[in-house]
Amino acid sequence: MSPKLQIRVTVNGQEHDGLVEPRRLLSDFLREDLGLTGTHVGCEHGVCGACTVLLDGQSVRSCLLFAVQANGHTVMTVEGLAASDGSLHPIQAAFWQEHGLQCGFCTPGFLMTTYELLQANRSPSDEDIRAAISANLCRCTGYQNIVRSVRAAAEQMSTAAVAPVANARQ
Amino acid sequence: MKPPSFEYVAPHSLDEAIASLAEYGDTAKVLAGGQSLVPLLNMRLAGPDVLIDVNNVRELGGLSTWNGGISIGALVRQSALEHADIARQRAPLLVEATALVGHPAIRHRGTVGGSLAHADPAAELPAAMLALEAQLVVRGARAQRSMSADEFFLGNLTTALGPDELLTEIRVPGVPARTGSAFLEMSRRVGDFAVCGVAALVSLNDSGRVDRVRVALCGVGSGPTRARQVEQALKGELPSGPALEQAAQRVRDEIDPASDVHGSAAYRSKLAVTMTRRAIELAAQRAGAS
Repeated sequence: MSPKLQIRVTVNGQEHDGLVEPRRLLSDFLREDLGLTGTHVGCEHGVCGACTVLLDGQSVRSCLLFAVQANGHTVMTVEGLAASDGSLHPIQAAFWQEHGLQCGFCTPGFLMTTYELLQANRSPSDEDIRAAISANLCRCTGYQNIVRSVRAAAEQMSTAAVAPVANARQ
Repeated sequence: MKPPSFEYVAPHSLDEAIASLAEYGDTAKVLAGGQSLVPLLNMRLAGPDVLIDVNNVRELGGLSTWNGGISIGALVRQSALEHADIARQRAPLLVEATALVGHPAIRHRGTVGGSLAHADPAAELPAAMLALEAQLVVRGARAQRSMSADEFFLGNLTTALGPDELLTEIRVPGVPARTGSAFLEMSRRVGDFAVCGVAALVSLNDSGRVDRVRVALCGVGSGPTRARQVEQALKGELPSGPALEQAAQRVRDEIDPASDVHGSAAYRSKLAVTMTRRAIELAAQRAGAS
């Protein structure tokens, strides 16, 4: 066994120290070492997208990254979406309202992929949405409700974003 | 599905990286974006003693102008190339090809150099580099050398890189005026490797005939394949009609497609002809053909 390495990773705004074998995947570090089991592990070779997290703000497969490579970097997982009082992020609320999930296994990956999409584009076309989520596999929904959920989240978030301006004008 | 144990080395400079390669040689693998290597490790199809993680080697990053074209550091992420203005202006073929590599989450990590050094026969970037006649700069402990994409790609997952050498930079030459390019591919799902992909680069002369054409394919041979017979057949011709059709047919003699679950060899051959024609047509249109 290779000697363990000391790492420090900021996850959802909180610094975490870890002592990991070099072969420790980031997905396993999050789940096993930090107890953040919201990130799911599906195929473990980069195909299914269930383990998608944001590394320095960009979506990545956490099963294709070693924890040592995240040393000094910032990670956002699905646990970082909801507010501290537990209220759902608009994307999560939209997936709930529009039945964007059934078994829920793939959902963390879809939520993080959607989060990245909507950070860059608040009014995505259905084509944009489908292109973005093509990176994630779902075996339950047939995707229709997921596309609907992303659309609803986009509408909700852009309304929320312009609301203060509208209020100011009144 | 967990990677085997390995020793981890993370050099912070090119010299350190080269020294590590010299020390460990073929017992080591270079870890760049990891989007091909880590799946192989997870599935235990690869088991190097040492991983040399080059992600902290700054000298390997960066895009700059070079000889009318661009120079791409081997560690430049595919997503960075895809969205770089300099690439859009000087090598739009690369932008089009890169957008077909996996998905955004893959391209955020995957590197240009990694894709070339891995040399998957169905990968887009090797074929694009062949068509662009890119120069690949390689450094070893004793010397730096540069070779053409043609010399670099030797076959299935095989390149001319020595065990102690590192691909450091890709130099993509500029193209003449009235040049257009296109990268087309057919895959079963968005983001999959190509069943067949075609890169075409067409330069027209004043009378609208083909002055210079470069065609390279992926997914239809043991490596990326340059279609020289197609190129020769089309020189001096109009990039349309029977001349184009006849030239495209010649691609059959240049490729060596395999049969697999995604398509038979016969299907791939047919596809290669059609897509070669379409890619040349589109490239010619973009070059301003009437």
